[in-house]
Parts: sequence; structure tokens; C-alpha cells
Amino acid sequence: MIVLVLALVVAVLYGAGTYLLFQRNLSRIVIGLALLTHGANLLLLLAGGRAGRPPIVGGGAGPAADPIPQALALTAIVITFGSTAFLLALAYRSWLLTRSDEVEDDVEDVRIATTTALREREAEEEIVVDEEAS
Amino acid sequence: MTPLVPVIVPLGAAALSLALGRQHTLRRILGVVALSVTLTSSVLLLLAVKDGSVVTVVVGDWPAPIGISIVVDLFSAIMLSVAALMLLAVFVYAIGSARTDDTTLFFHPVYLLLASGVSASFATGDLFNLFVAFEVTLVSSYVLITLGGSKPQVRHGTTYVVISLLASTLFVTAVGLIYAATGTVNMADLSSKLAEIDPALRDAIGVLFLVVFGIKAAIFPLFFWLPDSYPTAAAPVTAIFAGLLTKVGVYAIVRSQTLLFFQDSHSTLLLVLAGLTMTVGVLGAIAQDDVKRILSFHIVSQIGYMIFGLGLFTVAGLAATVFYIVHHIVIKTTLFMVGGLIEERTGTAALRRLGGMLHTSPFLAALFLIPALSLAGVPPLSGFVAKLTLIQSGLQVGAYVTVGVALFVSILTLFSMTKIWAGVFWGAPDEAPPLPEGLETTRPKLPPLMVGSTAALVGASLLFVVAAAPLYELGERAAGFLFDPGQYVEAVLGR
Repeated sequence: MIVLVLALVVAVLYGAGTYLLFQRNLSRIVIGLALLTHGANLLLLLAGGRAGRPPIVGGGAGPAADPIPQALALTAIVITFGSTAFLLALAYRSWLLTRSDEVEDDVEDVRIATTTALREREAEEEIVVDEEAS
Repeated sequence: MTPLVPVIVPLGAAALSLALGRQHTLRRILGVVALSVTLTSSVLLLLAVKDGSVVTVVVGDWPAPIGISIVVDLFSAIMLSVAALMLLAVFVYAIGSARTDDTTLFFHPVYLLLASGVSASFATGDLFNLFVAFEVTLVSSYVLITLGGSKPQVRHGTTYVVISLLASTLFVTAVGLIYAATGTVNMADLSSKLAEIDPALRDAIGVLFLVVFGIKAAIFPLFFWLPDSYPTAAAPVTAIFAGLLTKVGVYAIVRSQTLLFFQDSHSTLLLVLAGLTMTVGVLGAIAQDDVKRILSFHIVSQIGYMIFGLGLFTVAGLAATVFYIVHHIVIKTTLFMVGGLIEERTGTAALRRLGGMLHTSPFLAALFLIPALSLAGVPPLSGFVAKLTLIQSGLQVGAYVTVGVALFVSILTLFSMTKIWAGVFWGAPDEAPPLPEGLETTRPKLPPLMVGSTAALVGASLLFVVAAAPLYELGERAAGFLFDPGQYVEAVLGR
């Protein structure tokens, strides 16, 4: 039962994280990534098998909980904590520089997109001129 | 020679470099010494595993499937050695560059940390440890790519950090799923245990890993972050990223596809991805108007060739891939170093603002021409040997469509290189329009360290031509061991 609930929590975390990641506001992207990493860490923990077993040290007799996924999850938590902190600092710097939370378009992409758009418009105008001439 | 040296020495040097603070001379010496030790130990490892033996160390003395195994086979050793050579050359280049030497306190320690992470990625035999090594590399790269903190750097750095974090999360997910399915994250152990689980589940996990490593390696359709983020960083940073970071991803793809998700015949998925990566990358390059952006798109295009050789799943194909990776690391790093020199000299990398450099700096033109022709695959340079072996092995399997695409993309690559040549080096010097106000950082004389290290790498790439046969033979042996992972598994698990 508890495993099913946790599995559902993982699904919700991944879903909400993915949704937020698709937003254009940097703050939402950061929160989305945080949710995704929480989901991933929970998934690691779930990979260790059934919930409710005693820890491997001082748990007495009987089957103990698998310690490896716990160790992996702890490592992953520390790493994602550091990376998220860096991303937050970067988002703050971005806000200081631009006074906006939105992720901007790439300058070169915009250049190429506008040149194609311009060419298309020119081509259309030429067709119109040709039609008028004929 | 213990395989931990290339990991630990740069890591310790990074801490020491941070502690040294503003003592710039000492820091420079420390960095050069640490990276020289890394290079020497990597080459010694290469000599030790040349005959096909595998060097392993179990960290913390835990027995193999539980403890973290550090494993160096021939393929790992080749990657370690080439990476160490590039790290040293670019470090010397960076000392000469004003943007990365004594103007910032953080370049040296973070660069050494990156070196440690890259070495750890090549030397690890444990899937979760590979994730940790990736993270060490990535966190260093986050700092390096935004070094300086200017507006475009923050804008493009953000894209890079977000996409890398997403890839890392997917990596953790994949590791969690693989542990749930098999109960181990040791790659040698997984090699046999993955064969026992439900094939559908195995395929699903395999594709998830391909996506994770594909984002790092920038294969189609997961490459959009690369041309966006690389060009804004400082020249030495872009050079080392272009040479090594995507190749860490390619290494992970090759390792996982041969050791974990082995196939008997060629993989249509990989061949299609390879063809699309080559084509889309080179078409992107043709549309660009900035030296660094053109070269960035070419990274994507070249990754396609490496995946092509792997997708054939023959010893010849894998050998060509190994040779191609080595050739590409050297050539691409050199090209970006030359790109940095052009920028250093003129203050810009935009083709429409450049011109006539053949007259003003003919030596720079020569430094560009050799790797550029090699990238396109003009005989007798190393790119020609790499492409020839790749295409021969493709024809053996009968992958005619991908071979055709590879040849066509080579012509487009040559076209794109001539575009740079015509834009930057041809024309009269005064034809070039003047730079806008505030960008006039023209330097009459280039720093000798930057030119020297670039010239040394061009020399190394010419050595490739002379030593092509023994190098290819080495690649072939590495491919043979990759193709038959028995020895690798035995060395790690002791059975």
C-alpha cells in the first residue's frame, strides 16, 4: 500500500516538474527542476524494495532494508542541492542584469528567423508586383 | 600505476589552487605540474593495458559488485591520455589569455576540478559513480561557462545549466530503474544481469540511457543547447568544452551500448540518429555567420560520425569510432583555439566584420587551414583516415544510405570551412568594416603562450598522419576488447 502511494507521489512530482519546466519564467523552471529531482530521489529510494523494513545497522534479526539505494539517494540529494543553489544564483544574476524573469530568445536564432521572414515577405511582394504588371 | 592518479591529482591541485589565492605564478606552476602528472600517469596506464589487460581498483576495499570499481581498459586509457593532453594544452593556452588568467580567481581551481571529473568519467566502472563524475564535470562547467557573468553569458549559461540538470535527473531516474530491475549498478555485473531481465524492460532502460547520454553528447534531436551556449564562453573554455565534454557523452554511449545493451547486428535506431545528427548539424553550421557558432554546429555534425561507427556493431566500425573520437578531440580543440586567437587579434568572431587576415597574420591562417581541412576529411590528414575507415566499415555491413549521407555531409563541411576561410582570411585587410565603438580590443601581437600551444596541437594532429597505422591498430584492439566484454567483467568481478 505504502509503495503504491509513494509511486503515485513520484508520478505527481514528475508530472508537475515537467509542466513547470515548460514555462518561460526562470523561477518556475527552477521549481520544476527541484520537483523533478525530488521525484528522482524518491524513485531511487523505492528501487530498494518494500517500505517498512528495519535499517541494516541495529535493526535486529530478519530482512533489513537495502542500504545501497539509500546511499545513492543521499549522494543524489547533495548533488542536486548544490546544482539547484547554483541555478538560483544564476537566476538572480539574470534578474539583476535584465530586470525580467523571462528566458529570452537566442539572438542568432532571432536573426536567422527574421531574415527568412524578410525574404518570404519580399518574395510575396514580388509576386504581387508581377501580378500587377501582368 | 593506479588508475586513481588522473582523478585524485587534479582534484587535490584544485583545492590547493583555491587556497593559493592571488599568488598567480604559483598557481600557474601548480596547474601545469598537476596536469603533466595526469598526462604522464594516463600514458603509463595506456602502456600497461595495451596488451589487453584491465586495471581495476575497488574503492574502500568493498568487494566488487557492492563497492565502487574504478576500471581502466584500453578504450578508457586512450580516452584518458588524449583528454589529459588536451587539458594540458588548453591550460597553457588559458594562461596566455587575458580573460582566464589573473583577472579571475576561479578559473584555475575550477578547471582542475573539470579535469578530475573528466578523468573520473573515463575511469569508472560503476553507473552511479559515472553520474557523480558527470556532476563534478558539469558543476565545474557551469562555473566556467558563466565566468565573467556578462549578460549573454548568463542568458546562454542558463540554458546550459537547465538542460544539464534535466539530463542529470533523467540519469538518476535511469539508475533507479536499473537498480530496481537488477539490484546492481556495477557495470560489469549489469553486463550479465541485464541479459536475464525482460527484453522489453531492457530496451526501455536502454533508450532512457541513450537519451541521457545523447543530451550530453548532443545527438539529434537533443543538441539544441550546444550551439546556443558554447560560443559565449571565454575562448579557452569553449576550446576544452568542444574537445572533451560532448566526447564524455559519446564515451558513455559507446560504453553502455557495448557493455550493457549489446546487440548482435547493426542498430537501425543508432544509424538513423547518426545520419540525422550529421545532416542537421552541418546544415545549421552553413546558416551561421560567426566563427565560433559555425564550429559549434560542426561539433554536432561530427558526433553523428562517431555514432555511425558504433551503430554498425562490428569491430571495424567500433575501431573507426575510437579513431574518429581521438582525431576529433584534437582537431576540434585546435579549431576553437584558433577561433579564440582570431577573436583575440581582431576583437570579433563575426564573419561579416572580418577579412584579409591572410595578409595581416599568415601564420594564423596556416594554423586554421590544417585542422579545417582535416575536419572536412581532405587527404592525407587525420580526418581523411578517420572517415575512410568509417565508410569502409559501413560498406562492409551494407549501410549504404548512412554512408551516402556521411559523404555528402563531408562536402558540406568543406563548403562551410571555405566559408570561414573566405570570410576571415581572404580579401583586402581594409575592406573589413570598422569595429563598433567599445569593441576595439585589437592586439597587434598575440600572446606567445596561446599561439605556442595551438601550434603544438596542430603539430600533434600532423603526427596523426604519420602514425595513422599504429594508432588505428590501437583503436582496433580497443574495439576488439569492447566487442568482447568477457575480460572486462572477469577483471572486475574476479570470475
